Formats: sequence, structure tokens, C-alpha cells
Amino acid sequence: MKKIFLILLLFCINTSNVYSIEPDVFIQSTVNRASQILSKNISKEEKINQLKSIAKETVDIKGVGFYSLGSARKNLNDSQKIEYLKLFEDYFLKSFSSRLAEYTNPEIEVNDKKFLNENYTIVNSLLVGTSERPEVKIDWRVYTKDPENPLIRDLIIEGLSLARTQKEEFSSILNSNDGDINALFKTLEEFSKN
Amino acid sequence: MYKKFVITLISIFLLSFNAIAGSSGELVLSENEKPKKIKDCFEKLNRATFSFNQGLDRAIISPIAKGYRKLPDPIQKGTGNAVKNLSTLITIPNNVLQGDIKTAAINTGRLVVNTTVGLLGIIDVANKIGFPKYVKEDYGQTLGAWGVGPGCYLVLPVLGPSTIRDTAGSFANVLGGDPWYNASIHGNNEFLNEGVFLTSKALSGIEFRANNIESLDNLEKNSVDFYASVKSLYLQDRENKIENQNRGNIEVIYKNEEDWEEIDNQ
Repeated sequence: MKKIFLILLLFCINTSNVYSIEPDVFIQSTVNRASQILSKNISKEEKINQLKSIAKETVDIKGVGFYSLGSARKNLNDSQKIEYLKLFEDYFLKSFSSRLAEYTNPEIEVNDKKFLNENYTIVNSLLVGTSERPEVKIDWRVYTKDPENPLIRDLIIEGLSLARTQKEEFSSILNSNDGDINALFKTLEEFSKN
Repeated sequence: MYKKFVITLISIFLLSFNAIAGSSGELVLSENEKPKKIKDCFEKLNRATFSFNQGLDRAIISPIAKGYRKLPDPIQKGTGNAVKNLSTLITIPNNVLQGDIKTAAINTGRLVVNTTVGLLGIIDVANKIGFPKYVKEDYGQTLGAWGVGPGCYLVLPVLGPSTIRDTAGSFANVLGGDPWYNASIHGNNEFLNEGVFLTSKALSGIEFRANNIESLDNLEKNSVDFYASVKSLYLQDRENKIENQNRGNIEVIYKNEEDWEEIDNQ
């Protein structure tokens, strides 16, 4: 009886952990997938397309989008929110994948993680240096509210947050246009089209 | 003498402007480590200067930097080491001013070893024999460490992004704070002169540009407002340096926590 109970208990513990993904494992697996694509002998456009599909799966694009909007997000109505998220996704995927596509054969080592709170873990990694570029420290803000489905919310490269930079860019566009959200929509649309 | 007087006056003016701006509540160092809002008081002028700098970069600086990158590795490495070695002359007094006597002593050792055994800094012997990693300091950082707020954001012709505090800090270099400047410009010797000083500064700029060709091109290509991106990155970098935070340190990351929390609670 005791044995059966123990087996059942172990089974329960095991199944409850099966789908919980450790943030560092998640990041290592994501960067490995990206590295494989970047090392492939395929066109840059093809690389960008494949990187986009990884980003769609692993980045909380909606969360990053709202964060980037800063306080302006409070003034959007529902239809504007939908329009913004669509425009932001196109912009983000293009910008993010184009930035990554410049690297060939990147080797990223995940070396540590820091638990911030139940929503966030910071994963520390290192883009290994080559003769052409120095090593680069990259930290990943991983959103862990749903432990079964962790998502990336920010990349902090050598202490510089990409999400914060993006937020300040958007804020600058809004300030230059008297807070007109349509000006930002137009800028994002033009960026994605070009 | 007159030149020094004018420079001193400008520095005092800039510093007092900074203090006034700081007290307006727009750019205060916040008590709870919230991200600091640094006002772009001269945005129109800054954007015009930024465009001018971009033109200058395309026409002159970037081609020179690309040419520099084609030089043999040992020449590039040696030049990089030599300008870094000269920068320790500014770092050491700033270590002292920030009360970091231990690092000042280490950097003095580094300067002596690299200037002598390392052939005027061309070889970074100190690094090879296990000195701790070198971290540059300047007078803008020291002012920041003393609690002086950054003041308005500035884009300087040729020199690029800065703040009123950092620009004022740079004046300290020509007011006696940079031994290399003093020896080159005011030192009575046959080897150093204004030309040598300006060449060393130009090399330092070209070396920085050459090391960042791809990253800056990439940033420009993927920005919706390149001016705002450069401003944001500059200000984040200065914040980290002033707080002497290791890059990627948890304190840097925590700063934006409130904004993220708001998203989660939406």
C-alpha cells in the first residue's frame, strides 16, 4: 500500500513538473535554435523569416508592445489597441530579426539566472567573443507568470535595455507629434513596409 | 589666462544651470531608483547637431574608421592600448575624487607598468600579468557620483551625445584635470605639443568608431527614431557607469520594474 502511495506521489510530482520549463533552459534552447538558423547556408531573408517564427513563439510581443508605449497605452481605446498591437508585432519582428540576422555563427553561453519574483527571472548569458568582435554580456528578462510557457520580455545588452530604448524611441515620436498616436502608427507602418 | 577664465566661467554657468534644472523636479535622482527622466531642453538644436554629426560621420569619420579596421591587428590593438593607457591619467584622479583609493592605486600601478614595460602603453602588460579589469572614469562620472544631476541632454558638434553635467565635467580636463593635456599643451618639452594631444584624441575617437561600425549601422537601420535611440543608450550607459554597476547587474534591471508591473496588472 505504502509502495503504491509512493509511486502515485512520485508520478504526481513528476507530471506536475513535466511542463514547467526552467528559464535558463528555455533561453539556452532558444539561442541554440537561433544559432542553428544563423549558421545555416541560406539567404538572409530566409534567416529573417525563420528567426521571426522563433520570436513569435518565445517573445511576449504583446507585453513588450504595451510596455514600449509607456503611459500613452492608457489613452488607447480598444480598436486602437488592436491596431497598435498588429503594427507593433510587424515592426518588432522585422526589427528584432534584422538585428539578429547580422550575426553569423553566434555562440551564446547561458551561465547564470537570478530569480527576481514569481513573474520574472533574469537569465545571464555571454555572446562569446571572436577575433572580429569582443564578448558581449546579454541578460534576458524572462516572464515566468506561466511557468509552463516562459516568454522573453527584454534583452539587456551590456547593461542597456532594448525594451527601455524602444520605449524612449516611441515616447520621442509621440512628443514630436503632440502625443498623436496616429503619428506613431504611421511610423511603425512605414518601418515594416520598407 | 584669459582663455582659462572664460572656460571657468562657462563651466560655472553650465553647472549652475544644471543645479537649477535639477531643482525643477524634472530630472531629479529619484529616491526609489525609478528611471530618471532627463529633459531634452534643446531638442531642436540637438537634432540639428545630430544630423550634422551624422553627415560628418558619413563623409569623414566612418570612412576613416573603416580604413583603420583594415590595418593589421597588432597596429589596431597597439593603438587601442595606447589611448586606453592615456585615459588612465584621467581615471586615476577620478578614482581618488570618488574615494576609491584602492582602485586609484591599482590604476597607478597599471599606468606605470604599461608606460614602461608596455612601451608607452602599446602593450597592455598589466592585463597580461593579472591586473583587475580596467574601468574608465571621468569628471562627469565623478560629478554624478557626488550627486550632481545630469541636467539637460546635449548633442555636441563632432563629440556627440552628452549632458550638461558631462560637458561641464569635460571642461575639468582642460582646467588642469588631465595630466596628458597639461603636459602636451603647457609642458615645456620638445616631444609633446598641441598636435600630439589632438592626434591622440582623434585616434581615440576613430578607435571607438571602428569598434562600433556594425552595431551603429545596425542600430540606425532598425530604429524608428535613431536620435532617440542613441540618446537612450547614451543615458543608460552613463547611469550604469556613474553607479559603477556591473553591466547586467540586477540593480540595472530592477529600475524598470514598476512599468512592467503595470503591464501585468492590465
